[in-house]
Amino acid sequence: MEILYLLIPLSVVLVFVIGAVFWAALRSGQYDDLEGPAFTILTDDDRPGPTDPPRG
Amino acid sequence: METSCFHCGDPVPAGSSYAVRTERGWRSVCCAGCEAVAYSILGQGLEDFYRLRGAQRLERPAESCQENLELYDHPELQRAFVREVDDNRETVLLLEGIRCPACVWLNEQTIRRVPGVVSAHLNYSTRRAILRWDPRRARLSDVLQAVKRVGYRAHPYDAARDDKLQREERRDALWRLFVAGFGMMQVMMYALPAYVAGDGDMSADIGELLRWASFALTVPVVFYAAAPFFSGARRDLARGRLGMDVSVALGIAIAFGASVAAMLLGAAEVYFDSVTMFVFLLLGGRYLEMLARQRATSVLQHLSRLIPEGAHRLRDFPRSLEVDRIPACSLKPGEHTLVKPGESFPADGVVEQGSGEVNEALLTGEGRPVFKQPGNAVIGGSMNLSTPLVMRVEKVGGETVLSCIARLIERAAADRPRLVALAERWVTPFMLCVVLLAVAAALGWAAVDPARSLPVAVAVLVATCPCAFSLATPAALTVATGELARLGVIVTRAHAIEALGRVSDVVLDKTGTLTRGEPVLVDIACHSELPEEKCLALAAAMEAASEHPIGKAFAAAVAGRGLPAVSALDNVPGSGIEAVVEGHRYRLGSPAFAQALAPCVPVAPRRYSEVWLAAEGGLLASFQLADEIRPEAAEAVRRLQSLGLALHVLSGDGVEATGTLAARLDIGAFEGRADPERKRNYVAALQRQGKLIAMVGDGINDAPVLARADVSLAMGGGTRLAQIQADAVVLSQDLVALAEAIELSRRTLCVVRQNVAWAFAYNLSALPLALFGALTPWAAAIGMSVSSLLVVLNALRLQRSRRTSAAVLSADGMGGMTPRSQPVEARV
Repeated sequence: MEILYLLIPLSVVLVFVIGAVFWAALRSGQYDDLEGPAFTILTDDDRPGPTDPPRG
Repeated sequence: METSCFHCGDPVPAGSSYAVRTERGWRSVCCAGCEAVAYSILGQGLEDFYRLRGAQRLERPAESCQENLELYDHPELQRAFVREVDDNRETVLLLEGIRCPACVWLNEQTIRRVPGVVSAHLNYSTRRAILRWDPRRARLSDVLQAVKRVGYRAHPYDAARDDKLQREERRDALWRLFVAGFGMMQVMMYALPAYVAGDGDMSADIGELLRWASFALTVPVVFYAAAPFFSGARRDLARGRLGMDVSVALGIAIAFGASVAAMLLGAAEVYFDSVTMFVFLLLGGRYLEMLARQRATSVLQHLSRLIPEGAHRLRDFPRSLEVDRIPACSLKPGEHTLVKPGESFPADGVVEQGSGEVNEALLTGEGRPVFKQPGNAVIGGSMNLSTPLVMRVEKVGGETVLSCIARLIERAAADRPRLVALAERWVTPFMLCVVLLAVAAALGWAAVDPARSLPVAVAVLVATCPCAFSLATPAALTVATGELARLGVIVTRAHAIEALGRVSDVVLDKTGTLTRGEPVLVDIACHSELPEEKCLALAAAMEAASEHPIGKAFAAAVAGRGLPAVSALDNVPGSGIEAVVEGHRYRLGSPAFAQALAPCVPVAPRRYSEVWLAAEGGLLASFQLADEIRPEAAEAVRRLQSLGLALHVLSGDGVEATGTLAARLDIGAFEGRADPERKRNYVAALQRQGKLIAMVGDGINDAPVLARADVSLAMGGGTRLAQIQADAVVLSQDLVALAEAIELSRRTLCVVRQNVAWAFAYNLSALPLALFGALTPWAAAIGMSVSSLLVVLNALRLQRSRRTSAAVLSADGMGGMTPRSQPVEARV
């Protein structure tokens, strides 16, 4: 059971790591639009266009 | 060749020569507009759009207002909605016409391909795009033009800052909720072993480790996620009162402090799990409430967008039709503007030239076009549908009807309903009792069993927190106000809903309420060879310049037809008009006035008000005018009566006329020939019998009576809105909405009563349990949170009422014109 001495603190650290990841995701606006991005994968334009300006 | 248009899907007219060349050959389109749009889409290599959209049909692109967009490059105008970011500019665009993800993709691609655009992000659910561009390489109008070329409409979203604020608020709340929720889950996991382990199953240092781990995760929950409760409590205390937040903050602080102390002393009684759960559940409730509020305010913003940004000012109106394009905000009263079809009126004013149909859905809630001709008033924000109109500006900015509506709503929001004020007055003494009780319980248990004294105190604080109690009324009233707005009834005083729900009698004013308030031509009797048509045209031509309501009746009767030219017009106030038309002299007016020109015998008994038309040779025609009963009046009366309300009709008209009307509508009680004083007395007499009166009038002429009644409603609207004095305004001018409003108000009161009863019962039963230690802190937390959630959900039931088709404002974008929810001071 000695492993618990490692696992419990590890789980605490993990919680903070996951929290930080979610925070970053939230900051970058990933939760503002939950519907649209699902469709963009279907509609991405892969062909190189003649005048393809830099994308934002 | 297929027969439906490649772009919009409408049938292609036979012999149409419009076609576009696609990768799969030529396809026919129905019109030049579709051809242009389709070419623009294909020309950019975006043919995929047509494949992706599937069966989705598109609107035919609008062809007008091509050059309007340049207006948005005006630096003065841009100040309102553009922000400078580094060297670039950023704005939020609202896109119209988006129906499917393919549209989003098309617009994003189109915008990004405009040279000079740095980035563009489109949100599918809000239809808004965040655009960033380099002002040295692109103009905003280029982007708008590009969007327009592919058949959509983009315009700057004015309240960008507001939107950003809301987004920040939402993000912040979501993040706090996440911290609390995640902390709760994890802490519960650490707490579980302590609950399930038997004696000796768990070594002491593992227990200690678990408590420290719980502590580590509870710290962010208490100090970050629960921070709003603490700051709320501090605010309350600074104002010398005890609110909901105080008991919540106390509960959290005591439980957390006691747990930390126990942990440091090595004792096993820690409540970290209860603390995190309590915070999470409360934040969840707050999050839901915030979402509801934001949805309500977004519609107010829509209202402010109805006024267009730009206007076509006619520089030198009667002489030339030269147009300047200027921002609508710089229009001044007295100036003339040209409003093209498809555009909105930039201000309130009067039509000077042209006649056509206008959509006034913003006031009436109905999309039915209203016919306007010279002399008619138009309202800023309503839409010109058919022909170009020249308008003389009368009111701009804050004086317009639209701003009046916004102000009325704001006034209601600032007004505190009596019910809420009552609840708030009781909060402080109640909270004082709760805190004293908690202290007493702690002291009492300290004598009996010191170990349980703190948990009992926490349970008492949490279980009796009157959150549900404080939410019970405001939640229901907020939802009801929004629903009423959807019916076209705007509440301008906070007590209106409560009073409407209690009324026993409805007193209706006749003119302008049961009737339209404008005379309508009901019958024409011809007394010469001149045909009816001709007589009417003559009369209308003579009345055309008149401001008198009778003139409007004639104008409406000949709507759109050509009128003969009139000369030598002489208006004799109180009698009628004399004029020369096509070489003959005519008189139009009261029988006596007309007879003076051509003596003749009276022809018909005077049942309505009558206007005679006479030529020098004799009487030509007599026109019967009557004030028409509103078409929905009978239905409304029936519904009001089925609600068990006693109805009364008051009118300044003759007793007989009033009686006829009352009989036709099946209303028993009426009083004719009533001046404002008598109307007041009538209402006062009813009130002395213990009746609660709702008075419905036009809100202007009968203001004293309205003020006397327990609750007053005005059949409002139009240009007179600013003068209206009433507790609620029926903007849709639909009497049926009145019956629905009363029904809704009754249901609201019912919900309020249920909520208060539930909250009261819960607090009353939880208190003894907590006092005697039968309630653990976590059980108290669940009970309290569920109780407030129930109250909110019960209030939301009002929203799901069936919608009537007649006055659903939401269809026209005004739905849920709710005031910024009643100030829910004491939140959960």
